[in-house]
Amino acid sequence: MQSLKNFLYTIADDNLILGHRNSEWTGLGPMLEEDIAFSSMAQDKVGLAYQLYQLLHTDMGEGHPDKVAFARTETEFKCCQLVEYPIGEYDFSLVRHFLFDHAMYELFSMLTTSAYPALAQLAVKVRGELKYHVLHADTWMKKLGNGSEESKARMQSALNYAYPLALGIFEPLEGEQELVQYGYFEGMAVLQERWLASIMPVLETAGLKLPVNAEATFGGRKGYHTEYLAPLLKEMTEVFAIDPEAEW
Amino acid sequence: MSDQNKSLDPRIARLELPQGESIVKPDEYWGTFEVFLQEKRGKFHQHVGSVHAPEQEMALVFAKEQYARRGKCVNMWVVKTTDIFAFQLADEDMFATTPDKQHREAGMYKVRDRIQEYQNRQK
Repeated sequence: MQSLKNFLYTIADDNLILGHRNSEWTGLGPMLEEDIAFSSMAQDKVGLAYQLYQLLHTDMGEGHPDKVAFARTETEFKCCQLVEYPIGEYDFSLVRHFLFDHAMYELFSMLTTSAYPALAQLAVKVRGELKYHVLHADTWMKKLGNGSEESKARMQSALNYAYPLALGIFEPLEGEQELVQYGYFEGMAVLQERWLASIMPVLETAGLKLPVNAEATFGGRKGYHTEYLAPLLKEMTEVFAIDPEAEW
Repeated sequence: MSDQNKSLDPRIARLELPQGESIVKPDEYWGTFEVFLQEKRGKFHQHVGSVHAPEQEMALVFAKEQYARRGKCVNMWVVKTTDIFAFQLADEDMFATTPDKQHREAGMYKVRDRIQEYQNRQK
């Protein structure tokens, strides 16, 4: 079913690309414990992407996960533009992590009752690890939002910058109606509502405000990407490209 | 600080940090928390190490990835290191004769024969 394939690629690509991006902090994190925690969560994201590619491979006849991850062209990726942006300063990376992981937590909570059993099973399995990702993000948001004048200002400006991009997570999908009809997924509009309900109390405690009249950055789901995706793919696929048939 | 103490990491070396005094002021670093991990419900929490953190919530967040990302774990505790009340290391001699006190070990008493005898009588 094309709409279901498209949906799985969308989630998998988001996680693969942000997982790769966040792994760029490995060894450079603000302090040892945080470096390890952030790197570990980046690995979780790549792992989640792998499991979704594996579903596409075994259930839907798509290519091997390695091929799918490393041998597609830029326009074949369905990720939203939020995940493509460079890591920037730690404030941006944290805010992106906060906005994205709340969306993933709400998405996979929703998918635990999906009519596609393999996806529902996966959702039950990963929801716990996503719960931790959200706890990590919330703790930092509250800490820095209520920290010094500088930390508060930096978190607010990172939020202003990242929020329109984060709205791009919820860009309507091709064939979304069909997914809703079959009970595979409740749809992006419902997801966005749950996401907002889940981030608002944290932002309030952190003393941060959502920018008003933010316009969603769409395009990623249709294969339109920022200038940042191509260099990322080039770096990520460098080793694979040397010998695509190599046995690991 | 002599040249020998310069970092070999180029990312740190190119920051050209001032040599000599520590650039970290006493109120700028985080304290430590001791981490206790419970492998299974009903088992004791056991000390596994420590983490740096500004407060207890963050300490738990860090503890999870430092000490529970590989093995089994169902729960964790963190306790501020300064809240641990301990014996002085110099008082180690208080424990010195413990290994000699075999009368506190069940193995010290040869009662097996008598238990056997009792069991035989019950048959």
